[in-house]
Amino acid sequence: MTEVAEAAGTRRRTGRERTRLTAWLQEYGVYAGVVVLLLFNTVFTEHFLSAENFRTQAVQVAPILIVALGMALAIGSEGIDLSVGSVMALSTSLVALYLGYGPWVALLVAVVGGAAVGLVNGSLIAHIGVQPIVATLALMVGGRGLALVLLPQLEDVRDPGMRALGSGDLLGVPYPALVAVVLVLLVGFTVRRTTFGRQLLAIGDSRPAARLAGLPVRRVLICVYVCSGVLAAVAGFLATARLQASDPTSLGTLMELSAITAVVVGGTPLSGGRVRVGGTVAGAVLIQLLTATLIKHDLPPSWTQLAQAVVIVVAVYAARERGKR
Amino acid sequence: MPATGALDVPEVPDTAQALSVHGLTKRFPGVLALDAVDFGVQAGEVHALIGENGAGKSTLIKVLTGVYQPDEGEVRHQGTPVAFGTPLAAQRAGISTIYQEVNLVPLMSVARNLHLGREPLGRFGLIDFSRMHREAAETLRAYGVHADVRGPLGELGVGAQQMVALARAVSFEARVVIMDEPTSSLEPREVETLFGVIRRLRDEGVAVVYVSHRLDELYAVCDTVTVLRDGRRVHTGPLAELERLRLVALMLGREMGEVRAEGTTKFGGEHEAASQEPVLRAEGLSVPHQLHGVSFSVRPGEVVGLGGLLGSGRTETVKAVAGALQASAGRVTVAGVPLRGGSPAAAIRAGVSLLPEDRKAEGIVPGLSVRENIALAMLPRLSRAGLVSEARIDALVGTFMERLRIKASSPRQKAGELSGGNQQKVLLARWLATEPKVLLLDEPTRGIDVGAKAEVQRLVDELAANGLGVVLISSDLEELIEGSDRVVVLRDGAVVGELAGDEVTEGALMEAIAAAAVQGPGDPAGREEAPRD
Repeated sequence: MTEVAEAAGTRRRTGRERTRLTAWLQEYGVYAGVVVLLLFNTVFTEHFLSAENFRTQAVQVAPILIVALGMALAIGSEGIDLSVGSVMALSTSLVALYLGYGPWVALLVAVVGGAAVGLVNGSLIAHIGVQPIVATLALMVGGRGLALVLLPQLEDVRDPGMRALGSGDLLGVPYPALVAVVLVLLVGFTVRRTTFGRQLLAIGDSRPAARLAGLPVRRVLICVYVCSGVLAAVAGFLATARLQASDPTSLGTLMELSAITAVVVGGTPLSGGRVRVGGTVAGAVLIQLLTATLIKHDLPPSWTQLAQAVVIVVAVYAARERGKR
Repeated sequence: MPATGALDVPEVPDTAQALSVHGLTKRFPGVLALDAVDFGVQAGEVHALIGENGAGKSTLIKVLTGVYQPDEGEVRHQGTPVAFGTPLAAQRAGISTIYQEVNLVPLMSVARNLHLGREPLGRFGLIDFSRMHREAAETLRAYGVHADVRGPLGELGVGAQQMVALARAVSFEARVVIMDEPTSSLEPREVETLFGVIRRLRDEGVAVVYVSHRLDELYAVCDTVTVLRDGRRVHTGPLAELERLRLVALMLGREMGEVRAEGTTKFGGEHEAASQEPVLRAEGLSVPHQLHGVSFSVRPGEVVGLGGLLGSGRTETVKAVAGALQASAGRVTVAGVPLRGGSPAAAIRAGVSLLPEDRKAEGIVPGLSVRENIALAMLPRLSRAGLVSEARIDALVGTFMERLRIKASSPRQKAGELSGGNQQKVLLARWLATEPKVLLLDEPTRGIDVGAKAEVQRLVDELAANGLGVVLISSDLEELIEGSDRVVVLRDGAVVGELAGDEVTEGALMEAIAAAAVQGPGDPAGREEAPRD
């Protein structure tokens, strides 16, 4: 009997040490990864430390990051939003159709479209009780279909204001990156300081407890998916401005997977109850840097996918250990 | 608590036993779930396995079915020691389990469910559907199920689905069938059919282990009974020879002599608030299969206990009052105002707060801090324009952490890391912060240490003295009797009696719980049937 107890004790001790390592990995691993990639590129990649390169990277990462913010909210509520890529496509179609009224009107229409998709997602999940993965999968398929009905083929952006948005900057910071920074701060503030943010985390952590505590579970869930839809629409708008074309066939394809990767790698657990905004930013940057590094060293794109897979497995492994504790 | 070892009955020789355990011990971190338990069921016997919460029934069943491995002791199958590593191994050995929830595939046809995994094959190794349907219809007729075997299982009633599960288990040549509360969602007619099937199984030499909290059912269908309490076996013997009252006494851990003697003891009775209007009134609350027209009321300053065994509808009653369970009929009024909305949020606004039984799953939000847990139900009231006011939360949390003496390294410690007693205090703080008129306490002291228990009990007294209406559920009979001014007794989801003032004694309470349900549900039969010695 004592032997059994001792054996259990030893096992628990080594287990605890391992848990501490994986907990650290989960907490700071993503930042460490970013630092490692930055150092690697500084040494081994030509022209990496140039303002031009940083601007390119920033412009490219902005849409992924913005979509990942909404995804982080959905995952924090113990859900997921697969429709984000299609919302980007819907957004680009709406932008093409309404750009005649100027970029701001086009943005507004796109955002309303994204919010509408989020409202449908949220209502299916909160009122009808459809699982988030199923509800948003339906909208993922339907959203792109609608985008293609609205705009059957690629259309170039000719509006000068829109072109300026995609290529211009403010004090050297490209507009898309600027928008991303503002949205990061806004979402961070929402999670930390608002009633909505607290309620979202409580619902994600323990839905039954949140319900018994009288929290407006349905309203909060609908809000989460509306936020995610709006953020994806903004990302679609920015991507349209950068590409200077509306292409609902390809814009945002597989974006949901990139966003989920950024969130998970950033340390937000898939089991909900926690939203790491800083981690999500680092996660998006990590994926961007990884892709850029491999491309700059002339490795085929398939390598990027393999590298991403490795990063996801490591992140999920760390998360699993945490969950067990 | 008095020793009850004297009630032990000599063991049955184990050569005749289809399935048995010997000196079985099972530990979980911090808990001794089973302590050297002996248990055996013979072929051709229906053996009742009973006990209150935490007695160890489910652990024992899980060891018997290979879900858990024993820490000490052994499992014997037909007298031979065995080690079922997995539920599948137990199933292959001829041990089938029927759970409360049917675990079949609702979208597949009835016949396919019945034959799943051993479909009759025809030419080319394809499923011979016509033979399968014919056989399925024949099999099910014997179980009183007359349904289209081609239709999806999900379209059948729960009772019929359970029959399919049972038929499936038996057709797998089960020699031992374990039924875990099989009747909890059945209609009375379906229960009769089930009993018919159980008796037939017994006559065919199948060993049946029957777990239920409904005493009437046990007496109707079981031959032998084993009572577990706190992880120990306290009694095994023929059921017919065992008086109901004694069975209840065994489950609750009371001696008969003690019960009868205490029948004359007086407890603090009349309350000065007795003349006031009720602050909570529940009328005819019904929830399908769970509650049948439950009515009771609570006056300000009064502690009303809900008595009854596990599964009697105590938890369902408070959940229905608090809007956490959708009532199909009945109404609740708080301080004379009808409660509308049927959601926990509406109940909380009206001044009704529920401390749930399952602290870990329904109470604490483990990943949030102590302060966020305390403030959770109050967030909208502690915010301005959707922004949380940290200063107001700090003030509130400081007050309650001091008042309830919550021990945490800091208010920012995660609530999931606290001890059970401190978690319970955090929840009490959450509810007291909402300034309720009525507090529903479902097992407020279960699983917390003695010190915290006394503190919680003192707090409840103090709250009642300040005019709060309290509904108390406790499996601890002593706590229920000493804590309550009045006890409403429930059985099978209906009120069967009410004890007030000096009637609130262990003896009277147990008589009321044990009395046979001769009349239909909802009929307060127990009131007249609760004689005192």
